[in-house]
Amino acid sequence: MLTARRGQGALHWSDVFTYVYLLFGVLLMFGPVIWLVMSSFKTPAGLVEFPPTFLPLGQVEVPVEGYDEPLLLFDVTMEDGTTRQLAQVRRIGIISQMVDPANPGDTIKVPIDQRTKVREFRMAVENYVDPLERFNFVQYLQNSVVVTVAATLVTLLINSMAAYGLSIYEFRGRNAIMLFVIGTLMIPITVILVPVYLVVTQLGMINSLWAVILPGAATPTGVFLLRQYMLTIPKDLIEAARMDNASEWAIYSKVVLPLAMPAIAVLAIFSIMWRWNEFLWPLIVLNRSEVYTLQVGLNAFQGELDVQWHYILAMTVVTLIPVVVVFAFLQKFITTGIASSGMK
Amino acid sequence: MSDASTDRMSVMDRLTALAAWPVQALFKVLDYPLSAIQRLIGTHRMPWIFLLPNLAFFGVFVVIPLFINFAFSLTGGTELFLGNRVYTGTEQYGFLLECETFGDPVTCREDRFWKGIYNTAVFIFFQVSFLVLFSLITALILNRKIRARGFFRAVFFFPVLLSPVVVALIWKWILLRDGILNAFLVSMGLDKILFFVSPEWSMFWAVFVSIWANMGFYTLILLAGLQAIQPDLYEAAEMDGTSRERVFWRITLPLLWPNLLVVVVLALIKGVQIFDEVFVLTGGGPGTATQFIVQYIYNTGFTEQVQNFGLASAASVVLGVVLFVLTMTQLAATRARDHG
Repeated sequence: MLTARRGQGALHWSDVFTYVYLLFGVLLMFGPVIWLVMSSFKTPAGLVEFPPTFLPLGQVEVPVEGYDEPLLLFDVTMEDGTTRQLAQVRRIGIISQMVDPANPGDTIKVPIDQRTKVREFRMAVENYVDPLERFNFVQYLQNSVVVTVAATLVTLLINSMAAYGLSIYEFRGRNAIMLFVIGTLMIPITVILVPVYLVVTQLGMINSLWAVILPGAATPTGVFLLRQYMLTIPKDLIEAARMDNASEWAIYSKVVLPLAMPAIAVLAIFSIMWRWNEFLWPLIVLNRSEVYTLQVGLNAFQGELDVQWHYILAMTVVTLIPVVVVFAFLQKFITTGIASSGMK
Repeated sequence: MSDASTDRMSVMDRLTALAAWPVQALFKVLDYPLSAIQRLIGTHRMPWIFLLPNLAFFGVFVVIPLFINFAFSLTGGTELFLGNRVYTGTEQYGFLLECETFGDPVTCREDRFWKGIYNTAVFIFFQVSFLVLFSLITALILNRKIRARGFFRAVFFFPVLLSPVVVALIWKWILLRDGILNAFLVSMGLDKILFFVSPEWSMFWAVFVSIWANMGFYTLILLAGLQAIQPDLYEAAEMDGTSRERVFWRITLPLLWPNLLVVVVLALIKGVQIFDEVFVLTGGGPGTATQFIVQYIYNTGFTEQVQNFGLASAASVVLGVVLFVLTMTQLAATRARDHG
């Protein structure tokens, strides 16, 4: 039993519903991701197979003398009822021309319903290796890492400074600034795409990673989150440091920042998620393949006429790995961070 | 504590110290100029120094653009730089808002814009209702005394962290002509469905996929709300022998109501801005069946042969007004929730 009920009595309908709902939920939420990972290890031939198989089963291919390409291997039921393993040369309509790999001289004609594919379990690791070697995916990966790390560092620095200024000091205009910060919360990038594009162009940052790193660095969410936390730091600590002649900068960097680490960690995790997953803005300002981030690169790859799903699926897995790792280790941080701030 | 774990701790500490070293060095170096500034302007003006970088960023990338946006929307032509653009007054707005009947996008001069609005309205109607419904059911279930609650919470939550591109590709792969869903339909004796050729199915999957990806976030907020409800209320109800249905309608729902309101408005704000997942999943197609407002702005301003920045800006201003109204509602709802 999944539900531990208080008291006794008959099974309530909601207990059954809970059980069914959770089971269905696990299937619906995990299933697609598992299917993605499974598919990413299939060969192109395995991917177009219909109906699809769950495990990455590839049809066995054998090199045959006299043919440049390896041929697909089949189990064939012959007219006399015996079975033989034959390799297919070509297929014409419902007739398949086959040869015995051991004796490639004679061609045997077989109706296609008399043959079944010989399969083996094989992980197509080349799906992962090829795009990293032949296409720009290493570059995309590197760009994504640079953007995520640089943007997170800038975000943490300038937002913690602002939060410090707004929480430790009492000064005229503080409330006005707070109002302004909360006001900018209301202006998502989707509303100012064109003018920010203009600003970025004016600053000469089009097709440079800075165009992705800088515009979102000052985040009202971040200021707000850090300020609320810093307000809880006892004022005595700061006064004591001032007595010791510490400069304001030293108080910020040596007293307040270390104490605000839990909030900074939450903002760091958020920032990493935002930047790693960002799509629309990079799509607009990054137009050359060398500066694509993973998200933009993946989208460009899937938009090509000849969609190479075996590569796309593998690269999708690569893109989601960091997120899964971060989530596995920091789930508590993330969920409490979201639940307490109501933001993501 | 065993020796092994002390060793590991010290290694971890050393690693942390190593990583923190450049940061500390940077802070130390910055202390010289900033102490000098402090002596120069006095301690009471220091908060402005701390605020400066942030405000500069807000100014350059939010405030100035906001004004430029208005300016853009009042000009025409294809030049990017404001000085080169022709002042056209409210012509762009006139062009956008001219319709014979507002009920039918086809009769509008800029029918793509109105199709975008119409699609967005349909999308958020279904997406927000079902999103909130399923988030509520999930939160209620996760709030029960179930085994492995942490695991199940993680199961429903993790898609929130996936990038929209990844989410869209995962589902596109499932929904393709020879995808696993069609294999399932065939095995049930049904015909294959070309989901992305049908406008209705494309809209359905746009709604479905965005619910799949975002539900965990709203579930979490509602779950926090449910856990804030006083347990003694439930204990009292149990002692009175109140039925569970009655407990739900009389205790849980009324007390959760403020949270639900916040969730609805948050979902609306996100829903109006829908772009990423659907853009990768359907590309806005078939035709313009799943093209939403943000994609209209993106297409008009950045992908068309003639980049019409003025029109894109005017459409952004319209979107901005809608979002402003929604955000005001959200603030009111949040305040109502927090101050009861």
